[in-house]
Amino acid sequence: MSEYAHPETLVSTDWVAQALDEPNVRIVEVDVDTAAYDEGHIRNAIPWNWHTQLCDTVRRNILSKAEFEALMQRSGITPKTTVVLYGDNNNWFAAWAFWQMKIYGHKDVRLMNGGRKKWIAEGREVTTDVPTIKGSEYGALPADLSLRAFLQDVREAVDAHGAELVDVRSPQEFTGEILAPPGLPETCQRGGHIPGARSIPWGLACNEDGTFKSFDDLHQLYDSQGIDGSTPVVAYCRIGERSSHTWFVLKELLGYDRVTNYDGSWTEWGNLVAAPVERGMPLSSSAGAS
Amino acid sequence: MKPEDYVEHVVDVDGWPVNLTSYRFGETFHCKADNVSPGAWLARESGATREAAEQKALDRARQLLSRTRRHPVS
Repeated sequence: MSEYAHPETLVSTDWVAQALDEPNVRIVEVDVDTAAYDEGHIRNAIPWNWHTQLCDTVRRNILSKAEFEALMQRSGITPKTTVVLYGDNNNWFAAWAFWQMKIYGHKDVRLMNGGRKKWIAEGREVTTDVPTIKGSEYGALPADLSLRAFLQDVREAVDAHGAELVDVRSPQEFTGEILAPPGLPETCQRGGHIPGARSIPWGLACNEDGTFKSFDDLHQLYDSQGIDGSTPVVAYCRIGERSSHTWFVLKELLGYDRVTNYDGSWTEWGNLVAAPVERGMPLSSSAGAS
Repeated sequence: MKPEDYVEHVVDVDGWPVNLTSYRFGETFHCKADNVSPGAWLARESGATREAAEQKALDRARQLLSRTRRHPVS
């Protein structure tokens, strides 16, 4: 079995359990459900709220460099800190945080394989105590926008076929049957997908216990859909967090060089006036339809 | 404290598959409901028993799922 391209970006629950008191390790919980941390969390872990701390709360955008630096400083993180991210929903927003940390050049950031689900399922110790954090100094690198796709990049990908688009939403969202994940508010005017996109739902990259599938299984999954790293890849979903999970898989686990996360995703494209939209499920364009 | 009695199972809620995850911290059971595809969190509730926590989570999930419209795709 082949090893992941960047195995250092993934740690096990066992590894984390041994590292709880390491002074150079900062463990951060990032959940979709921001109340989950208060229910119980890994000892010494701090919470980041994706609604308020991992985005610009006025404009729709990721953190600015200054905001990112301020978050790191409040979190007691220096450029040399090993940051371990974990969260619910198999690390959706932990991956979102990972992606932003890479954009701003943090060297040693890792995901806890299996996330909160695996830690809880294994019956590992949790606490409701919130650690006291001493602030730090942090200087980020300029944003590496080679990791991010903007609307214009996606338009060019559609028009010139210069990149493969991977839609990681559910098949029902991809076809346009539903406009948001079941039970969540509809946040777009039209359903469907960006023309030419492949449907490869994010969850196909995970095992039942929330861990990532093996390198060989992941390679087979994406290669069978024509995503082999030979062409730039743009991953998208609804708001960019599920696609950051897939971005992590393609970039860090499979080692594809040219992978971007289109965080505008369907809430941008599906609200554009006169943008081209495809509906339904082409037989050749799904890894997960049922 | 340690989570105990971890259980996951899928139930049908008005035609939508919902995954229920429950466990106990001390005397309190916690239950999380998410839609199976794509796996998005819908509700988190607690109760004195697993059944009570699950029922509250299911009630909230049902309420949310009732707002989802299916659009014809042709």
